[in-house]
Amino acid sequence: MAKRQSIYFYNKPVISGSYSIVGPKEGQGPFGQYFDFVMENDLFGEKTYEKAERKMIEHVIKGAIKKSKVGADNINLILSGDLLNQIISSSYAARQFSIPYLGLFGACSTMAETLAVGAMLIDGGFFNNVVCSTASHFSTAERQFRFPLELGNQRVPTSQWTVTGAGACVLSKEGTGPRITMATFGKVVDYNIRDVNNMGAAMAPAAADTILTHFKDTKRTPDYYDLIVTGDLGKLGSEILLDLLEEKGLNLGTNYMDCGHVYFSRKQDTMCGGSGCGCSASILNSFIIGKLNKKEINKVLFLPTGALMSTTASQQGDSIPGICHAVVIENID
Amino acid sequence: MNAKERDLAYNKYVEARIPKTKAWPSLFNSFWVGGVICMIGQGASDLLLYCFPGMAEQTASTYASIFLIFLASLLTGIGVYDKIGKFAGGGSIVPITGFSNSIASPSVEFKNEGIIFGMCVKMFTIAGPVIVTGIVASILVGLIYLFV
Repeated sequence: MAKRQSIYFYNKPVISGSYSIVGPKEGQGPFGQYFDFVMENDLFGEKTYEKAERKMIEHVIKGAIKKSKVGADNINLILSGDLLNQIISSSYAARQFSIPYLGLFGACSTMAETLAVGAMLIDGGFFNNVVCSTASHFSTAERQFRFPLELGNQRVPTSQWTVTGAGACVLSKEGTGPRITMATFGKVVDYNIRDVNNMGAAMAPAAADTILTHFKDTKRTPDYYDLIVTGDLGKLGSEILLDLLEEKGLNLGTNYMDCGHVYFSRKQDTMCGGSGCGCSASILNSFIIGKLNKKEINKVLFLPTGALMSTTASQQGDSIPGICHAVVIENID
Repeated sequence: MNAKERDLAYNKYVEARIPKTKAWPSLFNSFWVGGVICMIGQGASDLLLYCFPGMAEQTASTYASIFLIFLASLLTGIGVYDKIGKFAGGGSIVPITGFSNSIASPSVEFKNEGIIFGMCVKMFTIAGPVIVTGIVASILVGLIYLFV
């Protein structure tokens, strides 16, 4: 059944509930109306931004469980990850639930990683209901990776804005809704980009690699999908991706979209667009799953990308390794 | 093509794709905001000399510097200086107000980690290299002055 990097699920897990939450700036963006909850401010009633981020994860997990109607007692496992050191947002949020927890790190590709692992655990017959979640927060990411918020510096044109947002969904063995039918796991790809303000360029080769592998393994063509969606390559990164694919003779067509590129309006002044785990997670768990539920689209190739760097590695002059996992979500009933 | 050649070609390609900052508007905003900041400093010094005619000129300019440092810290604290900086770039980084902002902003940011390990430790994360360079340079100049 397994074929190279791609796996097909036999018992295809159902996305029985999904929930998203975003910050005020994100709520004012083009996707504002689709999110389940828009926070009044970035602190979400907490004293620090880190505490706010973990509360967002708690909130989306609870929201997704509620919408799935399987009941909190029937959830077997939480799979979650985020960008902060030692993925504290996820682990501290999981502390609030008496449900077993696996922390996963795939930088901004975490949503696909949790979905793929969760789907395997359900397909394997180990669990009936699994929650997959992730979050990012502009203010926690800025202080960990960049400069203090109040520093009067200018952003470079290639930079992206970390999305304050979280998303979660419940994967169930039974139920109605869109199903996860297969996944393609990505390799770590590094084309020696060292500019931490140009994540799009660092991650685009990983996305190209996974996309090419996916279509080679499945023998499908891009027109098989109603929507092909990458995570947070941003404006520049997604243009580079299309160039890289064209070089290999693949054209993604008009159904391609990058969450980071479209997350904010031009007026919101985010340079190359949005980034962070929450970028693709919040759009997947609101806009995309919403459209799948309404059967407006039926076949989605979801490909969030991650930059697997740390500030220490960057300061030591290392380049930025990228990764991209693909998850296929389809309406099949 | 081996991996090294591939990486080089890719970096070259990316470099060509990167959107460039518009130099002239940036320089213009930088110039006039920086000028206004310096004018405020000069104004403060002139006002002091006018009110206290006996004051030495150097004392007045010291007070003017202190005033600018205070003003920038205050604007940092109430969340205005980062907006000025976004607009003016170098114009608000180079004057003494930029230095003040670089110390005040991490202090605000890391106060949640406690006064000692948060605020005091992180206070110099941005200004530190500037201070070290200043001290090293003055030692070198002092040594030259001593022997020449």
